[in-house]
Amino acid sequence: MTTARPPIAMLAELTHRCPLSCPYCSNPIEMARQETELATQDWARVFAEAADLGVLQLHLSGGEPATRRDLETLVRAAREAGLYTNLITSGIGLTERRLDALDQAGLDHVQLSLQGTTPEMADEIGGYRGGFKRKMQVAEWIGAIGFPLTLNAVLHRRNLHQLPRAIEMAVEMGARRIEVATVQFHGWALKNRDALMPTREQAAEATRIVQEARLRLKGTLVIDYVPADYHSDYPKRCMGGWGSTGLNVTPDGQVLPCHAAQTIPHLSFDNVRDKPLSEIWYEGAAFNAYRGTDWMPEPCASCERKTVDFGGCRCQAMALAGDPAATDPVCIKSPHHVDLQARAEAHAAADGAALVYRAAPGKAPEPAE
Amino acid sequence: MQEGEIPTLPRGVRLHWDRVRETWVLLAPERAITLDQVGHAILSEVDGHRSFGEITAGLAAKYNAPQEQIAKDSAGFLGALRERRFLEVS
Ligand code: SF4
Ligand code: SF4
Repeated sequence: MTTARPPIAMLAELTHRCPLSCPYCSNPIEMARQETELATQDWARVFAEAADLGVLQLHLSGGEPATRRDLETLVRAAREAGLYTNLITSGIGLTERRLDALDQAGLDHVQLSLQGTTPEMADEIGGYRGGFKRKMQVAEWIGAIGFPLTLNAVLHRRNLHQLPRAIEMAVEMGARRIEVATVQFHGWALKNRDALMPTREQAAEATRIVQEARLRLKGTLVIDYVPADYHSDYPKRCMGGWGSTGLNVTPDGQVLPCHAAQTIPHLSFDNVRDKPLSEIWYEGAAFNAYRGTDWMPEPCASCERKTVDFGGCRCQAMALAGDPAATDPVCIKSPHHVDLQARAEAHAAADGAALVYRAAPGKAPEPAE
Repeated sequence: MQEGEIPTLPRGVRLHWDRVRETWVLLAPERAITLDQVGHAILSEVDGHRSFGEITAGLAAKYNAPQEQIAKDSAGFLGALRERRFLEVS
């Protein structure tokens, strides 16, 4: 057993409701229904517990967090608890008036998602007509208020060619930072590997574009980059290490070591309705299941990278190797690696696969204001 | 970092006392940077009015240390923040 340190970041999934239906949504296939969502005062209590536990950064996410009518109140509660408050949004559902209220409430930072750089692409991927136009309007309001902005571009086979324009757009919007994230195959994206898997050439080209832009835009735009992992040799570090840095709270109050942890069938999760957050973090079974390095089998157990990547992603090991304790199949040392690379090539070569859009949770989303 | 330049913490970047870990941190988008005493001393002087030269002169007097050394250390630290866009300079 390792002694855990306090977490730094918490992702609060305020709701699974969303006007968009991106085919790579990280929300679970089984979504929380509106009537099971935590109430305003529950969230306020959880934010205070998180701050007491040592959380510094709060990410308000979803679904679309603006779908919650009490978003402004929640931001205020988070700031009162002493948390740095980041809103992760598609922009849909935000009005100029609501953004002003969020400003008043003390919102620290906005992260705006980008589905594509043209209305045709963005609206097709997001499954929401007029979404791109609306988003551009919201970006203008964000700039006028002066919120620090990160643009978050999710890239895949269909839109990777738009990366240079996405970087230009970030500069034009006055964003200080862009996150260039190649789609990660969890949640709904697993259903869309034939449609979304980038080719190896595209993945290499994206890396080249990022490197070039980083040099050119040094001091103007910070570029954080998540490369295509099926085409890599080593897996990505998971959440900075399972149960070491961050936690997720689902709309109905379950506390997860990562957003995809519910795909691991043997784990059970505590709920903020039943237990204090600190007890869940330090003693919860799900958090201790893969904390540290003691749980690791070979080849991870004797690998020099084990505290670099912590054996990669548990949910990916589950999805691809059928065993959440296995070495992430992305790793070149995994017995499944060769097979995974072959599958990645096959997905990338699949022609004409239709997008499977994310479904809506229990109740129809509220219309945007 | 030039003597006459004025450093500012932009909106969304702020000093924060981390009461759980009992240390000062700099909070910024997606980052929490733990500050040592020196880092905290420098950033506490950054007020958007005083120049880099004034800040390092003040620190030299306060800590009874050569200004050159302080300027050198601070320039490296502030330069790294500037590159990540956690600091603006006018
Ligand atoms: S287990 Fe996988 S999905 Fe979960 S946080 Fe780690 S890397 Fe991400
Ligand atoms: S063997 Fe395990 S620890 Fe080593 S690089 Fe691969 S995933 Fe990481």
